Amino acid sequence: MEQRILKVTDNTRIADRVYRMVLENPALEEMKPGQFVNIRIDGQYLRRPISVCDSDPGSLTIVYKVVGRGTEALSRVKKRETLDVLTGLGNGYDLSKAGDHPLLLGGGVGVPPLVLLARKLREAGRAVTAVLGFNTAAEAFGQTDFREMGCRVTVTTADGSLGVRGFVTDALPEDYSYFYTCGPEPMLKAVYRKTKTSGQFSFEERMGCGFGACMGCSCKTVTGYKRICREGPVLEKEEILWED
Amino acid sequence: MGRLTTTLCGIELDNPVIPASGTFGFGYEFAQWYDINKLGTFSFKGTTREPRFGNPTPRIAECPAGMINAVGLQNPGVEKVIAEELPKLRQVFHKKVMANVSGFSVADYAWTCEKLDKEEQVGWLEVNISCPNVHGGGMSFGTDPRAAAEVTAAVKKVTEKPVIMKLSPNVMDITAIAKACEDAGADGISLINTLQGMRISLRTRKPVLRNIMGGVSGPAVFPVALRMVWQVCRAVKIPVIGMGGVTTAEDVLEMMMAGATAVEVGAANLTDPCACERIIEELPAAMDKYGIKNLTELKGAE
Repeated sequence: MEQRILKVTDNTRIADRVYRMVLENPALEEMKPGQFVNIRIDGQYLRRPISVCDSDPGSLTIVYKVVGRGTEALSRVKKRETLDVLTGLGNGYDLSKAGDHPLLLGGGVGVPPLVLLARKLREAGRAVTAVLGFNTAAEAFGQTDFREMGCRVTVTTADGSLGVRGFVTDALPEDYSYFYTCGPEPMLKAVYRKTKTSGQFSFEERMGCGFGACMGCSCKTVTGYKRICREGPVLEKEEILWED
Repeated sequence: MGRLTTTLCGIELDNPVIPASGTFGFGYEFAQWYDINKLGTFSFKGTTREPRFGNPTPRIAECPAGMINAVGLQNPGVEKVIAEELPKLRQVFHKKVMANVSGFSVADYAWTCEKLDKEEQVGWLEVNISCPNVHGGGMSFGTDPRAAAEVTAAVKKVTEKPVIMKLSPNVMDITAIAKACEDAGADGISLINTLQGMRISLRTRKPVLRNIMGGVSGPAVFPVALRMVWQVCRAVKIPVIGMGGVTTAEDVLEMMMAGATAVEVGAANLTDPCACERIIEELPAAMDKYGIKNLTELKGAE
């Protein structure tokens, strides 16, 4: 965990309401797949937690969707402006359990954290299949990133405007060694029901601090109470307790 | 005696800056950001007799110049706090800590305080009779002078440590509650806890917080807090800790000019993990700017 001033070197719209931002600082440490940053935004009191899409020493990329005033303001940040960012937050995915042909399941802005994960898994020589789900073709992004890394990619859209019509769970492959997923909660619940192996889920929750102080983002698990920002955002399938 | 030194209920503080309960965990999370021994002290996470998960999420939301929370006193229960949190804290914090206690009955408060009374590390007991986010307890003790006095007297009976009663701003006359606590033997008063509020999502047309209502904090509440600190300081003779939206060294000075002996910092810790360290570092320059030699000379503005 570090507090850093990062320079914005890119902030471009890549799909309907979806932006890719690149942030740089030579002192920046490399982050793990599934970790997140917490960004101070002018005019907003609380920081906004956003998962990391790609990370190298010195630079990181986030991909975010404009959903409210905070992300709206973030989308207007210009190149060369700086942002106050807490980096290296959360536990991240555990790659050691992937097996030799893991499956990645991403929905909407749940896709970005899987990009860095896919890169790391490919570097470790794993055969990666990615199923990426979107509402409609206009909101789709990221397919090329996965393909260029040598992943097998399937895209689904709820309205059938691109790829397979339906949800990611309508395009699950027959065979995979393990899975990693991130997306909206209804999708995560469907993934939980329809997957045949163990796997890891990345969760979203409204946060106060993002580093474990306020207990704003707590959840109940099989192994006790956990803070999404600290013991999460990644939980293993076996420890998840769905509420409602 | 340094120029930032202040004395709170007989215990000397290196400076008046105290992270507020609920925004600083049990200190450990912040020791990873800076040396927390720089603090005067801190008030640890509100502790109850039994472990609590708190309210369902979402329990945090943005507000204009602030935030709203309905965490609902999540804590591991006093026995685990003593067995696990305090030993862990001892590794990183070498000063007396303020133990923040909440309860659902007078007996609860006394039971929890009696346990904490035996802990060497605990310097003060801050008794929260003002949590707006729990039902059948918390704030209901802080909105009635008789109930507030009853909790104060029950706690005083089981401890030798200074007892500071933490008050709710969600009352008609806060001075009546403060005086009732003082008359019942309280050694100090801290205020304000959060102001009751709510938000509705325009998109879902439903309250943002699952608990519907929560407590508002952050810079938005500072003037309200300052007004109440001023009123209470003129109503009681015991020391008062001022809190509510404090974000800068100037805010600390303003609270002390209103009569506060020390100042708690809450929400600011969540948006800037190093907020208290920064405030302490900025105090001397802010004092120079306004011709203040020592904080002890700020006996309140006239």
